[in-house]
Amino acid sequence: MTPTPTSRAFEYAPAPESRAVVDIKASYGLFIDGEFVDGRGTSFKTVNPATEEVLSEVAEANDADVDRAVKAARRAHDRVWGPMPGRERAKYLYRIARIIQERGRELAVLESIDNGKPIRESRDVDVPTVAAHFFYYAGWADKLEYSGYGSTPLGVAGQVIPWNFPLLMLAWKIAPALACGNTVVLKPAETTPLTALLFAEICQQADLPPGVVNIITGAGDTGRALVAHPGIDKVAFTGSTDVGRAIARQVAGTTKKVTLELGGKAANIVFDDAPVDQAVEGIVNGIFFNQGHVCCAGSRLLVQESVADEVLERLKRRMSTLRLGDPLDKNTDIGAINSAEQLAKIRELSEIGEREVSGAGERWAPPCELPATGYWFPPTLFTGVTQAHRIAREEVFGPVLSVLTFRTPAEAVEKANNTPYGLSAGVWTDKGSLILHMANRLRAGVVWANTFNKFDPTSPFGGYQESGYGREGGRHGLEAYLKGTQA
Amino acid sequence: MTSTSLPTTPGPGSGAAAAAAFADVTRSDASLRRFLHGLPGVDQVGAEARAATLGTRSIKTTAKAFAIDLAIRMVDLTTLEGQDTHGKVRALAAKAMHPDPADPSCPMTAAVCVYGDLVATAREVLGDSGVHVAAVATAFPSGRASLGVKLADVRDAVEAGADEIDMVIDRGAFLSGRYLDVHDEIVAVREACRRPDGTDAHLKVIFETGELQTYDNVRRASWLAMMAGGHFIKTSTGKVQPAATLPVTLVMLEAVRDFRDATGQMVGVKPAGGIRSTKDAIKYLVMVNEVAGQDWLDPDWFRFGASTLLNDLLMQRTKMTTGRYSGPDYFTLD
Amino acid sequence: MSRIDVRKTSKLYIGGAFPRSESGYSYAVNDARGRFVANAALASRKDARDAVVAARKAFGGWSTRTAYNRAQVLYRVAEVMEDRRPQFVEAVRQAEGLNESRAARVVDEAVDRLVWYAGWADKITQVTGNANPVAGPFFNLSTPEPTGVVAVLAPQASSLLGLVSAVAPVVVTGNTAVVVSSYDRPLPAVTFAEVLATSDVPGGVVNILTGSAATIAPWLASHMDVNALELVGLAGDAALAALATELEVAAAENLKRVRRAPAAEPDWTADPGLAAMTAFLETKTVWHPIGV
Repeated sequence: MTPTPTSRAFEYAPAPESRAVVDIKASYGLFIDGEFVDGRGTSFKTVNPATEEVLSEVAEANDADVDRAVKAARRAHDRVWGPMPGRERAKYLYRIARIIQERGRELAVLESIDNGKPIRESRDVDVPTVAAHFFYYAGWADKLEYSGYGSTPLGVAGQVIPWNFPLLMLAWKIAPALACGNTVVLKPAETTPLTALLFAEICQQADLPPGVVNIITGAGDTGRALVAHPGIDKVAFTGSTDVGRAIARQVAGTTKKVTLELGGKAANIVFDDAPVDQAVEGIVNGIFFNQGHVCCAGSRLLVQESVADEVLERLKRRMSTLRLGDPLDKNTDIGAINSAEQLAKIRELSEIGEREVSGAGERWAPPCELPATGYWFPPTLFTGVTQAHRIAREEVFGPVLSVLTFRTPAEAVEKANNTPYGLSAGVWTDKGSLILHMANRLRAGVVWANTFNKFDPTSPFGGYQESGYGREGGRHGLEAYLKGTQA
Repeated sequence: MTSTSLPTTPGPGSGAAAAAAFADVTRSDASLRRFLHGLPGVDQVGAEARAATLGTRSIKTTAKAFAIDLAIRMVDLTTLEGQDTHGKVRALAAKAMHPDPADPSCPMTAAVCVYGDLVATAREVLGDSGVHVAAVATAFPSGRASLGVKLADVRDAVEAGADEIDMVIDRGAFLSGRYLDVHDEIVAVREACRRPDGTDAHLKVIFETGELQTYDNVRRASWLAMMAGGHFIKTSTGKVQPAATLPVTLVMLEAVRDFRDATGQMVGVKPAGGIRSTKDAIKYLVMVNEVAGQDWLDPDWFRFGASTLLNDLLMQRTKMTTGRYSGPDYFTLD
Repeated sequence: MSRIDVRKTSKLYIGGAFPRSESGYSYAVNDARGRFVANAALASRKDARDAVVAARKAFGGWSTRTAYNRAQVLYRVAEVMEDRRPQFVEAVRQAEGLNESRAARVVDEAVDRLVWYAGWADKITQVTGNANPVAGPFFNLSTPEPTGVVAVLAPQASSLLGLVSAVAPVVVTGNTAVVVSSYDRPLPAVTFAEVLATSDVPGGVVNILTGSAATIAPWLASHMDVNALELVGLAGDAALAALATELEVAAAENLKRVRRAPAAEPDWTADPGLAAMTAFLETKTVWHPIGV
């Protein structure tokens, strides 16, 4: 990553995406009942993790704010959105999808500034997938009778989303909820509120009836208040398994339906007959895409022992061409870690990992110059990892790969499944039967074969066991937002 | 840079060294087949995705200027038409030496590429300027002729003064699995490239990837050609669509990288046909940089087979130095 | 002196272009009160032949686009139609003799119908396809695939809403279409063709021939490179309905999939269901062993 200066060196000059398209206000209120209003609680700051500059001051919704938002959502559901024919709801969602496409560059730049992810990813992956999600679910709004889940919405949904894919997680929550006739109160993560607030503006541009979408910013307390509010029919949460557990306890004994999309420690399994260059890409993509801030990240490489050395050598060589730096530089591959807090967690687990593998393996990262300000962590791997190590069991949620070996398919399955998580898995082999054999046996809600980290609005996503329950995306994703055909 | 001197002969030993290392493999059709089919497969979707992602690199300002000049120096300026005349070849050769009439600082191209019977004309004009003469041979582009005819084609071009020979493989033999025939033919052509003084014309082996169709075939053809002693592997004749593509070139760059890891020997790569814009050329250079590595970022190890590309490079180069978009009136057609 | 308007010559829509009929023939189109409006091209069997060639050529590309892409294209058609709403309202008013507000409702329904079908592109597979739990160690998946080139006889009476309702379900799943418009009421189809031409629909995906179903349909029904027939254009017209059997017999030569005409045109505002899409879909079932 630090190039050797020779006369043949092809240095990429800075290629910064302009910030001019984005207009970040000094402060933001809450978006309730179709307009921005002052919060009645305190406020907090959101920061650019690449530079530590303060971007804006954002309202922290208190209990009264949450109550106001839920009531607005309820009114909108009962009087406007619930009675509205599906084909009209569909057209609102199509409008929103179109505006997202039209304002795509602005959204991508804002996402990179607030989250720290490279502009190439927010431009080429996040934003287009967000638009596609709204397009897909818009098309279900007038076809619910074909869904297999009936066509009656639940009512008001309280939705709490994480900071790793702020706008995409918002789309995964809001699009199906609205398509099914629900109204929503959504709380974005406290470190990444800005694209949600811009989305609120987009709702206004689309003339979405007031109260259908409400965005209340805040942190843990706001989230708890929302989940606890008696006026919501449904809770949808994406985030850590710990918080997911707390929510499951909180809704116990109520009639609230709940879906949870939690953490993971996915195994990315490479067999000796894998298409090796594409497998290396898949490994890199699996754990270094989005700085590893991905619940379904391929954070455990399970490589067949016979090819382990070769794969590792190619992997290290490939990692050396990763470019870490300014998220707004179009050539950046690895952006900033989202917060000081997350960086501290990644560092702590990495130090533990280094101690755990010493003697058997190594901690390795390509030589990398980290910028002086901001939160940064180089792409790192640990070799000689075994299932007993903490870095094989605990979710790091950063660009850290643990490398383990296996000998047979049965052993790969056993090691892959030896976790309380069950979100995703990867399989790399040229043999079709083996792919299907592994897919059958891997206890994971998403199995990627000869690819990784592929998302599509038509494709259901969600986990087994402690990775949560419920599916987002596809026809199956409607189930979470409809009453179902049973009485 | 080495492009101003005659091609460095790798030495009589190195081709033989590669051949010796793989003597076991090339002992029979069956063993060659087992080796080639035992190479790791290429997943089409994954390979194309990687090529596409590399294509999103944003190369601006100083990086762009570097890339444009490098690309110009890598062009094999080509004319391969039935209607080529000595006049046309003279004009092309003159352009290769002075691509931009308005700017003498513009570098020369690496070579001109012509049919064998026009080599002498090109040689006459180019002299010892440092621009090489590359000749297509072996019944280019189809390769459908007897071995005797194909070798005579090569010898004629070498005698006429060609520095480099671009041969075509027998695709019929390859696609029907007669790998050893393909291999042995390349070895024979390599021998025909030897001059009486013991130096060699450099051999580029054209696969016609559009006819090979799968990336697995391209990987196998790459190893086959390298084991047989080719100096360069080349995608296409330019007469069949699709010609060069980014993913095909990616697979070939991976092959030369792996070959060097296995044998210590470097082999060059030349995509040819369909590369028309500076933007495309820069994508290829990014790919060379990030897949094979910067050792290949040199006209000795990477070439563009192109004709219209050169003018687009010149227009972009002019824009970078003057700040204005240019027009075709300011550049020569040849 | 009031301004003289520039009147449009109405042409066929084949392969993305607007040619006149190769026969050179046209016929007079009157409005619902019998007053002359325009001369429409009278499509010949050679035009139909050319249209089939164009549709076949377009099929490979259109059927292999992602469903998302086809949805985007159809949604764009709806956008452009909406943008030209006044023009379509006038065309329907004139052709069907409706008053302004009824004509407007028809146009609104037509746009919404397009939006409805656009949304099916990436969902039909989920609703009609599925994995099959065979009794053995095999992965088994059934998925719908477009059948190919579909000849569509568009409804005689419902010249816009019926037209859209007959064409959209054919192409949203990846088929390409050769459409014979209503004979008496062809002009909304001509304007619709102009919308298609400006909405990212690749040339040849939809081809529109104005003229007589009685003349053209037998040639399409017997054409060996047409895969299916939509016969709703025979509904509600006794003379045309008499053709139905003959057309089905001709279609049997290459086993075309035939969607027969009802006795009368349906209520086009009702939910169309899946039938108009599934009639032109094949089902492909793939097996693969599961093992090490």
